[in-house]
Amino acid sequence: MGLLRPIASRLAALVPVVLGITILVFALNAIALGDPARAAMGQRADPETLERVRREYALDRPLPVQYVAWLARLARGDLGESFREQRPVGDVLVERLPATAQLAIAATLISIVLGVAIGALAAVRAGSALDHVLMALAVLGISTPVFWLGMMLALVFAVTLGWLPVSGYGDGALRHLILPAFTLGALHTGTVARMTRSSLLEVVRQDFMATARAKGLSEWAVLGKHALRNALVPVITVIGIGLADLLVGAPLTETVFAWPGVGRLLVAAVGQRDLPVVMGAVLLFALVYVLGNLLVDLAYLAIDPRMRDAARA
Amino acid sequence: MPPARRPQRHAGFVVGAILVAMFAAVSVLAPVLAPEDPHAVAGGGGTTLDPPSARHPLGTDALGRDVLSRVLWGGRVSLAVGVGVEALVVVLGCAIGLIAGYFGGPIDAALMRVTDVVMAFPSLVLAIGLIAVFERPGLDKVVIVLVALGWTTVARVVRGEVLSLKTRDFVQAARALGGGHRTIMLRHLLPNALAPLLVAATIGVGGNMVAEAGLSFLGLGAQSPTISWGAMLADGQTFLANAPWVAVFPGAALLLAVLGVNLLGDGLRDLLDPRLRT
Repeated sequence: MGLLRPIASRLAALVPVVLGITILVFALNAIALGDPARAAMGQRADPETLERVRREYALDRPLPVQYVAWLARLARGDLGESFREQRPVGDVLVERLPATAQLAIAATLISIVLGVAIGALAAVRAGSALDHVLMALAVLGISTPVFWLGMMLALVFAVTLGWLPVSGYGDGALRHLILPAFTLGALHTGTVARMTRSSLLEVVRQDFMATARAKGLSEWAVLGKHALRNALVPVITVIGIGLADLLVGAPLTETVFAWPGVGRLLVAAVGQRDLPVVMGAVLLFALVYVLGNLLVDLAYLAIDPRMRDAARA
Repeated sequence: MPPARRPQRHAGFVVGAILVAMFAAVSVLAPVLAPEDPHAVAGGGGTTLDPPSARHPLGTDALGRDVLSRVLWGGRVSLAVGVGVEALVVVLGCAIGLIAGYFGGPIDAALMRVTDVVMAFPSLVLAIGLIAVFERPGLDKVVIVLVALGWTTVARVVRGEVLSLKTRDFVQAARALGGGHRTIMLRHLLPNALAPLLVAATIGVGGNMVAEAGLSFLGLGAQSPTISWGAMLADGQTFLANAPWVAVFPGAALLLAVLGVNLLGDGLRDLLDPRLRT
């Protein structure tokens, strides 16, 4: 009840942001040093083709006209053509998307399960040596550069112990997914653990917890049924923040493990100055990020009715 | 808040301060401390990919360069980029945040829309994309990109402080006494925003260091012969199986430096800004 308006207002707030995103991505091409059309066609360019590309992309017109032309193509799902591969950027992205999605989902699951478990354990034993060790590990997880962590995990579990492959996709085999997923999830595991711990401790001190205890419920029932649910709101915030970590970590993790995802595609495209692919990948990352944050917002609305009032105010 | 809830508060701050002090000292003194010329190929009579020894405490890399010397010199680049970028970010962010918060209205709305958009991107992804704008990558481009994208946090922090301060009595008094916009902004508003600014800037330094190392690792940042921990890690990955020390030590140095900065930032936040405590 009353969910429609807050959802609508959030969607409306997205419009300027998404437009802004397209302007910034378009700017990548507009401020790129050198002639985009010539760069696109390379040495092979004959004058007629060059002229056709210029006209098609409105490159001979003022920037606002170019932007509108580009936006119109974008609306039709046309992201342009890769300089390097001479085929539509959309096709290239779609090809790489499953590997990145697989990695991101695995990393998220790891960070939530591991982070909530570590945070809850630390909260139950708050102030103990275990608490300190776990929280120190969490800080370490947050501060360790993703790509170095990946290399160290590969060094221990692949090179030294030989349990897992050093790198590669292996046609999506689980063995290949484990190291990249733990690498990408580590940073966020630390954040989730810290947030779970502090929000559990916050909830535990509130009155309804005393009521639950007074009713004679066991400590685990009190924590599991009452505390955890109420501690969920900040945890969802952190999952939203974690999305940024995931997207930022993806290019690095994918490069370390030769994982054929969108992140590695982006890095390679920047190295080759394949601007249409760069723009497509950056746009994709930004849209996933914005949509992810929208989902987090909507999850708030579902869990915490107070947010609905806040949205109305 | 009962003290038992955050027993490691000051411990973290102290550890962070010590790590940062060491990092700074080692970086500044690198020319004195480094046993060898970090660029000398097969320096000091060593050979390529030597394991750690008395002569090369951290071994040598694929070109026979002394890893210890390179780690020490790499710290200078990391520190210079981390602090240098943040200094520019603070100047830019303060200017934008002050103007937006103080004047309000359409200027504020426009500036905040721009920060909304920049913040709508996962930061490093946009940084990677922006590198493609330049004809070839380099450390100077890293600085440009990180400044261009980094000012938003500082601008928001300063703007928020200005909004809550500008209606306060002492600002009204300054205005009544004939203080101009500039005087009020720089003499009255900015000094009162220093605490959260310091926290944001400290955390920003750590972020810049990680971003520089990440971009250099991807081959989109510092190029040879510039010594960067990130670029060293990229070299190290090639030889991970037979010469792990080439990758282990620059990464460990980066971890310690970033950990130090982060702990210091967290500690400062706890000390200076009780509202932000988690």
